[in-house]
Amino acid sequence: MSTLNPPAETVVAPSLDIEVPKVVGLAAEYDDVTAVTDAAAKVRDAGFKFWDVHSPFPIHGIDHAMGVRPTILPWLVLGGGLTGCTFGIMMTAWINAFEAKMPAPFDWVNLQGYQFLISGKPLWSLPASIPVIFECTVLFSALTTVFGMLLLNKLPMLYNPLFKLKNFRRATSDRFFIVIDAGDPNYDENKTLELLRSTKPLSVETVED
Amino acid sequence: MATIYSDPSSVIYREIDNAIEIPGKRAPLVLGGRDFTSVTEVVTDVNLRPAPFGWYIGFGVSFVLFLLYVTCVFLLLTTGVGVWGNNQPVGWAFDIINFVFWVGIGHAGTLISAILYLFRQNWRTSINRFAEAMTIFAVVCAGLYPALHVGRVWLAYWLFPIPNQMAMWPQARSPLWWDVFAVSTYATVSLLFWYVGMIPDLATLRDRSKAKLGQIAYGIASLGWTGSCRHWHRFERAYLLLAALATPLVLSVHSVVSFDFATSQLPGWHTTILPPYFVAGAIFGGFAMVLVLAIPAREWFGLKDLITMRHLDNMAKIMLATGMIVSYAYCMEIFIAWYSGVHYEQSLFQFRALGGPYAWSFWAMMFCNAIAPQVLWVRRWRLNPWILFLVANIANIGMWWERFVIIVTSLNRDFIPGSWGLYWPTWIECGMFLGSFGLFFTLFLLFCRFLPIVAMAEVKSVMPQAHPHHGEPHKQTHDERRSDYSPDEGHHPKH
Repeated sequence: MSTLNPPAETVVAPSLDIEVPKVVGLAAEYDDVTAVTDAAAKVRDAGFKFWDVHSPFPIHGIDHAMGVRPTILPWLVLGGGLTGCTFGIMMTAWINAFEAKMPAPFDWVNLQGYQFLISGKPLWSLPASIPVIFECTVLFSALTTVFGMLLLNKLPMLYNPLFKLKNFRRATSDRFFIVIDAGDPNYDENKTLELLRSTKPLSVETVED
Repeated sequence: MATIYSDPSSVIYREIDNAIEIPGKRAPLVLGGRDFTSVTEVVTDVNLRPAPFGWYIGFGVSFVLFLLYVTCVFLLLTTGVGVWGNNQPVGWAFDIINFVFWVGIGHAGTLISAILYLFRQNWRTSINRFAEAMTIFAVVCAGLYPALHVGRVWLAYWLFPIPNQMAMWPQARSPLWWDVFAVSTYATVSLLFWYVGMIPDLATLRDRSKAKLGQIAYGIASLGWTGSCRHWHRFERAYLLLAALATPLVLSVHSVVSFDFATSQLPGWHTTILPPYFVAGAIFGGFAMVLVLAIPAREWFGLKDLITMRHLDNMAKIMLATGMIVSYAYCMEIFIAWYSGVHYEQSLFQFRALGGPYAWSFWAMMFCNAIAPQVLWVRRWRLNPWILFLVANIANIGMWWERFVIIVTSLNRDFIPGSWGLYWPTWIECGMFLGSFGLFFTLFLLFCRFLPIVAMAEVKSVMPQAHPHHGEPHKQTHDERRSDYSPDEGHHPKH
């Protein structure tokens, strides 16, 4: 990686025995929440798509400054919850109220219900099953929340070119970064650099892979 | 009280007392003039610096107690549940007392992490991480008791609805089976909540760790977190959803535990007040345990600027409030027993409080849970960590006696005098009880050593510097002006 401040240093002469790293983006470093939020709004207005802000904690108002749309996660969780609820109803009914074998496509499963008659109570009733149905709903929803969030965030992803930047280690402590991906249609090595430098960062570095 | 710059940019110190209420102003939650860097440092130093000598002593003592637990469980498994003192008529004793005791302690962790989050109580951020850890370790201690008391432990998997060729299924209308679902769901969701909240802080440890092993271990555990704001967006939404799910869950868990008692016909158990009474008691006892852990931890790990007197004061107030609910429940139980006109119920409570063989345990409970917390009405005593620590310990002891009173005094004298009997624990039961503290503190001390004990990312997000355009309201966007985002003040001079 090389510092683009001043830009003359960015020109690296390719040599035969060293593999030249590919530049995958630009990373600007800030030490102030207001500066990074204002800078993010500028980058948003410049029409970039593949870019991100990295911060040690969630900044309130950054979603607006970046133009991030609301996540679909709550809908996934609703689906998970409804599945859990249905599972709870079917399980309590199957294990205590039906003596059938598994229906057709699953008849190879050795899974037979049992009519558990106890104290003359109904084999299945909603009040007696509510606690188990409720717990199944919560369990399925919580698992969907966590694994849905990780999936949408494409985590775990242990390799990331950003980790090669020495300063980026402070992104989880006290520094803020704006990273613009070189794959963005609006990306232009010089213009993007100019844009980032106009936001008065501490430094701008290239991200290399 | 701690000191702070009156203005972060000036060098003039001013004494500051963040336990004072100033109408219209939010008290600062981080003292000592700390910025993001020094918050990171003070928390990660606990993990990355060599452990203090006291940690080794604490760990040694806890581990010895844990070995006592292992020994007692070994004797139990090789001999049978006859090594315990439970017998007819007292068929449930230390096993279930300790189960309810531990699972109740866990509840405060979820209350702090979920319910206080929904209520936007920003002060929770300094204490939620280790309160959640406390929840998980308490649930581990709790879950072992019912698993061990089933008798043939190697068949404990029969509790779960696992398909089998005998078409042998659990009885789904039994509160004991509801308990299996409630406690296992609670353990799972608490673990997820704890881990998800910890991912950003594990990434901080990854980036600050100098040791190769630490970098690899924290690197894997933090899943490659980069602090991306697109990730934070989904992360925050997931956290809110988990809080919304954990809130009814935590209320349901102790309610279901109370159904184990309330749905039986036994005088002393068969009452509708039990679910809310159990939940309030759980929060009371749980906050007591959080205080017992927090007061020494802030001292030993140098976290006084993060876990401030205001935090202790708030927890003391919650303890006082829930203690009053519990005291009300004790009185109401007695009133309803008298008012019901049911002979058995009346004599049960007469035995419990006045003439019975365990009446002393009832008064121990009353003293610890109803009388001792009343000292917390006095502000000066609430702000004294020594008094707070003492009251919290008394409350913990009291909550254990509460479960003893509910279980043993109800079982030992039921309908027919011919079937009355006394119960005393054997040394194995006492050893298992002591040993479960060994298990709890062993896990807790390992957590303190290797995992971030304060949620750094969350603490930073409630500091004034974390708010864009702080001090320039005219420049704030609509989102930044939201009342739940408004910062806790950095300037809060002493009065």
